[in-house]
Amino acid sequence: MVIHIVDRRLNPGSKSLENRQRFLRRAKALVQGAVKKSSQDRDIKDVLEGGEVTIPLDGMDEPRFRREGGTRDMVLPGNKKFVEGDWLPRPNQSGGKGSGAGEGDSEDAFRFVLSRDEFVDLFLDDLELPDLAKRKLAETESEGIQRAGYATSGSPANISISRTVSRALARRVALRRPRQEDIAALEEEIANCEDEARRAELLALLEALKAKVKRIPFIDPIDIRYRRFETVPKPVAQAVMFCLMDVSGSMSEHMKDLAKRFYMLLYVFLKRRYKHVEIVFIRHTDRAEEVDEETFFHGPASGGTLVSSALVAMHEIVRTRFRPADWNIYAAQASDGDNMTSDSALTGHLLTDKILPVCQFFAYLEVGEAANYTFDMPDSSLWTLYERLRNDGVPLSMRKVSERGEIFPVFQDLFKRRGKQERVA
Amino acid sequence: MMASTGDRLFEGADWDFHILQRVHDACEEIARSELGLDVYPNQIEVITAEQMLDAYSSVGMPLFYKHWSFGKQFAFQEASYRKGLMGLAYEIVINSSPCISYLMEENTATMQTLVIAHAAFGHNHFFKNNYLFKQWTDADGILDYLEFAKSYLAICEERHGHQAVERTVDAAHALMSHGIDRYPGKKTLDLRAEEKRAGQRRKLEEEMFNDLWRTVPTTKAKTKATLSAERRRALLGLPQENILYFLEKTAPRLQPWQREIIRIVRHIAQYFYPQSQTKVMNEGTATYVHYRIMNRLHRQGRISDGNFIEFLQSHTNVVFQPEFDDRRFSGFNPYALGFAMMQDIERIVSNPEDEDREWFPDIAGKGDVEGVLREIWSNYRDESFIGQFLSPALIRRFRMFHLHDDPAESAGIKVDAIHDERGYRRVRRELSRQYDVGFIDANIEVVDVDLDGDRRLMLRHTTVKDAQLNETDARRVLQHLADLWSYDVVLTEVDGTDKVLKEYVVSPRAAAVAA
Repeated sequence: MVIHIVDRRLNPGSKSLENRQRFLRRAKALVQGAVKKSSQDRDIKDVLEGGEVTIPLDGMDEPRFRREGGTRDMVLPGNKKFVEGDWLPRPNQSGGKGSGAGEGDSEDAFRFVLSRDEFVDLFLDDLELPDLAKRKLAETESEGIQRAGYATSGSPANISISRTVSRALARRVALRRPRQEDIAALEEEIANCEDEARRAELLALLEALKAKVKRIPFIDPIDIRYRRFETVPKPVAQAVMFCLMDVSGSMSEHMKDLAKRFYMLLYVFLKRRYKHVEIVFIRHTDRAEEVDEETFFHGPASGGTLVSSALVAMHEIVRTRFRPADWNIYAAQASDGDNMTSDSALTGHLLTDKILPVCQFFAYLEVGEAANYTFDMPDSSLWTLYERLRNDGVPLSMRKVSERGEIFPVFQDLFKRRGKQERVA
Repeated sequence: MMASTGDRLFEGADWDFHILQRVHDACEEIARSELGLDVYPNQIEVITAEQMLDAYSSVGMPLFYKHWSFGKQFAFQEASYRKGLMGLAYEIVINSSPCISYLMEENTATMQTLVIAHAAFGHNHFFKNNYLFKQWTDADGILDYLEFAKSYLAICEERHGHQAVERTVDAAHALMSHGIDRYPGKKTLDLRAEEKRAGQRRKLEEEMFNDLWRTVPTTKAKTKATLSAERRRALLGLPQENILYFLEKTAPRLQPWQREIIRIVRHIAQYFYPQSQTKVMNEGTATYVHYRIMNRLHRQGRISDGNFIEFLQSHTNVVFQPEFDDRRFSGFNPYALGFAMMQDIERIVSNPEDEDREWFPDIAGKGDVEGVLREIWSNYRDESFIGQFLSPALIRRFRMFHLHDDPAESAGIKVDAIHDERGYRRVRRELSRQYDVGFIDANIEVVDVDLDGDRRLMLRHTTVKDAQLNETDARRVLQHLADLWSYDVVLTEVDGTDKVLKEYVVSPRAAAVAA
């Protein structure tokens, strides 16, 4: 009998990839909830590694008609001591009615592993920078390349073989280039030909054909075509995000940790969603400095507090590097809310007159101590100041955070996709 | 005993395609000449663990339409596989012609031999010869049909949107277990046969004519309303237990493509119907076949002693039956029960005792083991197989006992029968009933449609042994049903005496499936 042995190991794998995507799409809300929950107990950096999430099975049920209760008969193996007519106590008598509880509504959680991309996508879904309005064509980095037909000249790497060969074929057919088979047939005929006169005639014909083959090349330089590419400008919205962090002595380790987590999230979000977002890190004590990413997240610093110093630094950078006419400017500030009383007026003045007019959006995050008592305390000086400003209707958004777990909800709240009219609260 | 010729099929654990071919040929030789098996042509496919997982999540088929529930299953299985909670099967075999067996690349040469004997000959023979598979499945057409189903659904998604198709498939899946014809339908007669039958009937009437019949009093004439209701039910083919079939043919507002999708789901459910009824027999047959073939190969000296020990180890793992109080117990292991019964039949046929002669007069001592087994493999399903061939000896060996659990009984669960003279028949009857499809699925029928009124669809669940439907799930399924029907659906649960126990009324959702 014929038997076929087929090696399928090299077949493309992950046939169920599409089913998996459908499942994720369907389970999106549930998975998103689970992702957020799992991100709360993990380091931001780990979050981006992807990982295992648990979602409740009940949201994804496939119902069937199932029966329960009633009298049951069963046959079991392994009788050791029972004889006919014995009575056995019901196993879970204490739990009220025997059956039912275990069977039907068992809503087992269901764990599965998400890849890094799936995880981050779900994690950052529905977030965006508000009011990304000023679109400006950036000259240099925004050029894309796209195919634009064929050209008669170009670099050898770009030869379009299929196009060249088909043109050559068309030309050979049009010019009636003798085919190799015809010549071979003719030669055979000559070899078998007895009649001398006919033979000479055929030889002459053969010569003519061969000459014609020489005249009409198989591939002529005029057949050759190159793939042509064109550069096209792509409109890119330019945006810059200023990250202002208070690292003064009044910020406890816990507060710094919260602030850093917030910026880490912001950083990841911007990097992933927007290719062309510049990020400027400014940290301040009683004086401000622009630092690189590494120093911002990991460098130690301590000192007094002058919030205005950071705002001055930001204003300076905006003035020199980011023309407000060309850039969408964003800022996020994290602080414990302490500021020198004497600095308040200056800070308010800087914000209203210099910073906020050029900003698309200004987010203020106030970090507090872990325990709840922060909420009983009077509002900090910065909070009071900012609240007054906000009531004047400037694009300023502010939140308080005192627990790690609150970071993500607050972050999401700040950057969630909004309708056109709805102002940032 | 045959001389060990030393003509080994393979040495050690490694295998290549040439060895697979030799193994297959050696197995085939034994399967044909010694066991007399009759199989579809074989196609053996070597796959990786990942591909095996892929196959798991599309119910073992090489291709299937796309649906999120398979993705869910895949995610679930992948997670438990990764954690080591679950091992993968050594093989998957598909009831098609050619019969496709998937072999995992990780298997050793011994395991590949075992799997080829098990799947490519045991299961294959069963698929080709068992009456249920012959009656309900089309082995030649199934792969083409799945291909059609897959592309049809893909086209529907393109035309009518993912969501609409998904809703329809979800609803059809929920009713899948009630989308099966349990009995082969009446064949519609062609006109010639119809004419012939009418002629015969007329002739018979003429022959039997007796004027006296006219004077015999008849029952009271039925009222016009009853007659029209009966006529309506007859036209709709009611009562109908194949709910999907009923929807496909009569649901008033379904689009043609939705009917086709329901039909696809229904056909696939029907294709798997014999498998659910023959788990014990199918696995028993395959296990018995691989056991015979492997033993023969060993005796011929074509498998070394070491490899044979390896085989025995995995074989005993497969046919292990934990006892009821064991933590590993989860019902009867179909491999264990099936294999034990096949071996027991072999014993009865070749070497019976008095008890067996009394219980199985037809086969005891008949001598032709393979012939008797082939006969059984062709003509039984689990329920009838156990009901006929579970012997007292085997009941004793498994020490089976029957428990009767009546919730109304406060004393507890009653031991109704054990492995003794009084209990054999009762144990056997109860065990056979556990495998009876009539008891496994709820008996739910479409009984009527209110065509004059609000078109509500009426269903009836006749309970068995007071087991009612789980309410949450029943409502969800009925919701799907109402969406397809697009008018109200009523399900009444009645007991054996037609006393109404519970009534569900479900209305279709606003964004119903049927437009």
